[in-house]
Amino acid sequence: MLHIVACIKQVPDTKIIKMNPKTNTMDRASAPAILNPYDAHAVEEAVRLKKKYGGTVSVLTMGPPPAVKAIKKCIELGADEGHMISDRAFAGADTLATSYALTKALEKIAKQRPIDLVICGKMTIDGDTGQVGPGIARRLNIPPLTGVKKVVEINKEKGYAIVQRKLEDGYEIVQSTLPCLFTVEKEINDISFAPLPNMIKAARYQPTIWTADDLENVDRKQLGLKGSPTIVAKVWAPPKPEDGKLLEGSTKEKVEQLLSLVLAKKELFQ
Amino acid sequence: MPEKFDCIVVGAGPAGTACAYELAKAGVNVLLLERGEYPGAKNVMGGVLYRKMMEDIIPEFYKEAPLERPIVEQRFMMMDKESAITFSYKGLEWGREPYNNFTVLRAKFDQWFAEKAVEQGVLLVCETVAVECIVENGHVVGVRTDRPDGDIYADVVVLADGVNSLLAKQLGFHREWRPDEVALATMEILKLDKNIIEDRFNLEPNQGCTIEIFGDATKGILGTGFLYTNKDTLSVGVGTLLSGLIKHKIKPYELLEHVKNHPMIRPYIQGSEPVEYLAHLIPEGGYHSIPKVAGNGVLVVGDAAQLVNAIHREGSNMAMTSGRLAAETIIMAKSQNDFSESMLDQYRMKLMESFIGQDLKKYKDATHHFERFPQYFEQYIPMLNRAASQMFTVDGASKWEKQQKIWRDLGSTKQKFKLARDMMKAWKVMK
Repeated sequence: MLHIVACIKQVPDTKIIKMNPKTNTMDRASAPAILNPYDAHAVEEAVRLKKKYGGTVSVLTMGPPPAVKAIKKCIELGADEGHMISDRAFAGADTLATSYALTKALEKIAKQRPIDLVICGKMTIDGDTGQVGPGIARRLNIPPLTGVKKVVEINKEKGYAIVQRKLEDGYEIVQSTLPCLFTVEKEINDISFAPLPNMIKAARYQPTIWTADDLENVDRKQLGLKGSPTIVAKVWAPPKPEDGKLLEGSTKEKVEQLLSLVLAKKELFQ
Repeated sequence: MPEKFDCIVVGAGPAGTACAYELAKAGVNVLLLERGEYPGAKNVMGGVLYRKMMEDIIPEFYKEAPLERPIVEQRFMMMDKESAITFSYKGLEWGREPYNNFTVLRAKFDQWFAEKAVEQGVLLVCETVAVECIVENGHVVGVRTDRPDGDIYADVVVLADGVNSLLAKQLGFHREWRPDEVALATMEILKLDKNIIEDRFNLEPNQGCTIEIFGDATKGILGTGFLYTNKDTLSVGVGTLLSGLIKHKIKPYELLEHVKNHPMIRPYIQGSEPVEYLAHLIPEGGYHSIPKVAGNGVLVVGDAAQLVNAIHREGSNMAMTSGRLAAETIIMAKSQNDFSESMLDQYRMKLMESFIGQDLKKYKDATHHFERFPQYFEQYIPMLNRAASQMFTVDGASKWEKQQKIWRDLGSTKQKFKLARDMMKAWKVMK
């Protein structure tokens, strides 16, 4: 019986978020809060593995009280239980402090039920760093397997997992010992349409919420803003790509125009 | 074994949420199903929420609900191509507690209302479509949803699934609505600076104004245009009977563009920016179109039961009251453990005794009359505008001459008799 923990985050929907034109930062109030899409795939994969091998799926998040909604979403997807750490002490955390706080929470969860596998999304759509997953693995001292696009096999008795990792030019098949941590790509699965009993369970569900005091052996200096060495020196919007150009005339003329345009920038091809 | 609730309410609009709220408050175990991502995501209305019926459910809701502006002025425009006769009532008593009505944006308001219901103990499940009622031995015993393992059971099901109410239709409670029983309303929400709104509509902060527009707003088709003030947006829209659009071969968005570009309206909305476009059907069949509203194990509320007073643009208030009356009936049925049609039919009686039944009965022929005789909108409103123009234009002609001209404009003796007869008939259907 596997115990899989998915680490998830509630994020503003960056597809529709507005940017503050003066500071170039996200106006978080302008977009609804959603479950980070990559994390939804992480939870989905955890639930699929549970169905295949048996076991329990827990989810863990750090966030303000409204993030309970993201946990409920995971219950809809089929997670068995949710844990949340929420405290002013965690506020302002960068990836280093976040992975520290989540690791402490995972240690607490593991005391109740040992963890075989941690699954995270590849990255969050608000931060885009992809650092928290590997950060947790390093702190838990377990192998991180990033970019997982397919889980081939998990064998708890023999203590290994085999996955496909996405590479720039294909994929590699990797075997790791258990416990380990995956961060998953979107292509790993399609989110299934939740059955009604899950929806009802989620509507009723209240996760356990821990404060910093509930976690054990916590070094408060490593939490929140205090534990975050990252400095955002400057924020700027990516330059807008130039508009495309539509060539006109006969096919021959268009080919000639295109050729001269390409030749004009030939240094790009050298 | 699927779970069983005391009651399932289908649809988290004002009717369904009011019903679920009242039930949960009385300790009834209720499941509220909503097809949208959240309550309000798919709900549309011009934007006037009436205080009294909402307060029957949540007293002093206006202290915390997301409302736009309390309405202190209601204007009515009888509009022609480039003129309009306007009358209005403005009363500052409407601007303070307990208020009369408010403009609201439904996406915000419905969400808040549903949250209140959840606080009372309602179990709210969104993004789930009820596709049919489960019927056993002639009794509705639950609903089938579009989700896997999607059957769910209850002693009684409340259909608050809106104007088309596919579930009530499947049960044979009503047929497909005729095009003259439903109106199609299209509207836009236009962003405009708060101060500009207050200047243009002669308002203080936290005061609102509504304008109902008759005549050329709908190009003479039976219906109305409207322009309402929200906090920092305007709601502009137009609604006409579907039959009128079909007859005149006008596309709904063309009509909306016509209203927005009308010289009487354009100055109000100039410089604003559209932020949302919405369209919805409104049940306007009135009294004659009210379907069967109670059956074995099932009740129908709100738009699904055609509870709209088109003449007074009231609907959300009727929805809430019908939801509340349905809840009262269910609580009584539960105490006697009898969910048969004969017990639940008490709801229909309560409905007919309330202002809903009374008002719909009063105007039972009004819409149909104006639909059948288009001259009110097509001829008489322009005639009224011409008369006003004639009377108030100072051009050296004596007032007596002017009266003569207006009189002549009414047409031949035969036409004048027809006009008098039409006015009598209009009085009769409205009185």
